Amino acid sequence: MVVPRFWRERRHRYNLIGTKCPVCNTVYFPPRNVCPKCGRDSVGKMEEFALSGKGKIYSYTVVHQNVLGYKYQKPYIMAIVETSEGPKLTAQIVDVDPEEVYIGMPVRAVFRRISEDGKAGIIQYGYKFVPDWDALDK
Amino acid sequence: MVGIVTYGSYIPVYRIKSEEIARMWGDREDYPAKGLKILSKSVPAYDEDAATIAVEATRNALRRKHIPGEKIGAIFVGSESHPYAVKPTASLLAEVFGAYNAHAADLEFACKAGTAAMQIVYSMVKAGMIEYGLAVGTDTSQGQPGDALDYSASAGGTAYIIGDRDVIAEINHTVSFVTDTPDFWRREGQRYPSHGGRFTGEPAYFKHVMTAARMLMSKAGTEPKDYDYVVFHQPNGKFPLRVGKRLGFTKEQIEPGLLTPYIGNTYSGATPTGLSAVLDIAKPGDRILAVSFGSGAGSDAFDITVTDEIEKFNRDAAPTVRKMIEHARYVDYATYLKFRRMIVEVDE
Ligand SMILES: [Zn+2]
Repeated sequence: MVVPRFWRERRHRYNLIGTKCPVCNTVYFPPRNVCPKCGRDSVGKMEEFALSGKGKIYSYTVVHQNVLGYKYQKPYIMAIVETSEGPKLTAQIVDVDPEEVYIGMPVRAVFRRISEDGKAGIIQYGYKFVPDWDALDK
Repeated sequence: MVGIVTYGSYIPVYRIKSEEIARMWGDREDYPAKGLKILSKSVPAYDEDAATIAVEATRNALRRKHIPGEKIGAIFVGSESHPYAVKPTASLLAEVFGAYNAHAADLEFACKAGTAAMQIVYSMVKAGMIEYGLAVGTDTSQGQPGDALDYSASAGGTAYIIGDRDVIAEINHTVSFVTDTPDFWRREGQRYPSHGGRFTGEPAYFKHVMTAARMLMSKAGTEPKDYDYVVFHQPNGKFPLRVGKRLGFTKEQIEPGLLTPYIGNTYSGATPTGLSAVLDIAKPGDRILAVSFGSGAGSDAFDITVTDEIEKFNRDAAPTVRKMIEHARYVDYATYLKFRRMIVEVDE
């Protein structure tokens, strides 16, 4: 049962809320209580900071294995997304075919089902990324 | 002045062409295009549901005009495909948008739950209970494979923030007409809905839409020629044109808000999204009539006037409905079944 952990992290997962160090302005996602760069100077000062959801693909892989829960989505794309605010995060890229994806592709965050605990359990929601077609058109 | 402060829609990117469905079921090739006037319909991706659509539609509304969560005093979500039988979609929206003090609930009334949500939120603003309210119509509806509804039941949604300041479209009047009519239903635990065949047209759709439209025009003291646009519920591409003609509206008034030929029937999302497509192109002073229909059966009608505020409003901050319609990725019937979780595995 993973309900409690997911529930605690829901605000961050729903809206990509990280933290920002007011001393050096570095943004962190997932959120951190202390800035590794500023150490003691940042204690108790870290501020919540919502990422814009815009970024680009830093690296990616196409998964063909039948991983539990992904049978109906394979092949699926897992990527490291470099957000425009700096933090890199791992996420699924959806609404696009694997052969269209490339390193540096502009992407934006969307709200999707992440997993579900069988047919009777809780549905977990959170972020995935889709190609930012507006940025690609420009 | 109470009315729409901002709005946003969301249509999944995937589509299936009617000719692909006809090929699959051995129907006449021209049946969907001629009989139903539906060329394609939207298909939710495997990881989309009525809640994800509601979140994306609301995000698009808030991109156009940001309203902080603490000012959103009500959230009502209309859908017949809420992801849970018990656990509200409205509370998920409250969490996502930080509206922790909102009066919140889910609504269900076949295809008119979205406009019912708009009426409730409108009333609460008018009563002075809340500053802003969020009303959403969203669905990922499903028809029995091979049934006529397999061509039409689709996915999409639209969100409206209603308030009494910076209103871009004033709601002048709203009325409803409702009767106990068994035209379409789904019993608890049944996967697919049932419908009363020919019974769905005349005594259901036409009677309710026409009665509500006439009640509204009589209350507003208007007639069809006073409106720049009219949006009717659109279970297929034919009914809205036919009901419009019978009421005295022209094709030119109807077509900008008629989306079913391209995306199918988005159920609770249908009338709200048709209205959204009209607001995408509306100018100050434009008058709009919108009439929903929900089986079971009832219609909600709205008389709306676009204000000067729309000129200052940041419409371009979110994609228009037409733009989302154009951005389509087509899937075959097997992929559609996979996305819609309609494949029954042997060991299930
Ligand atoms: Zn720092």
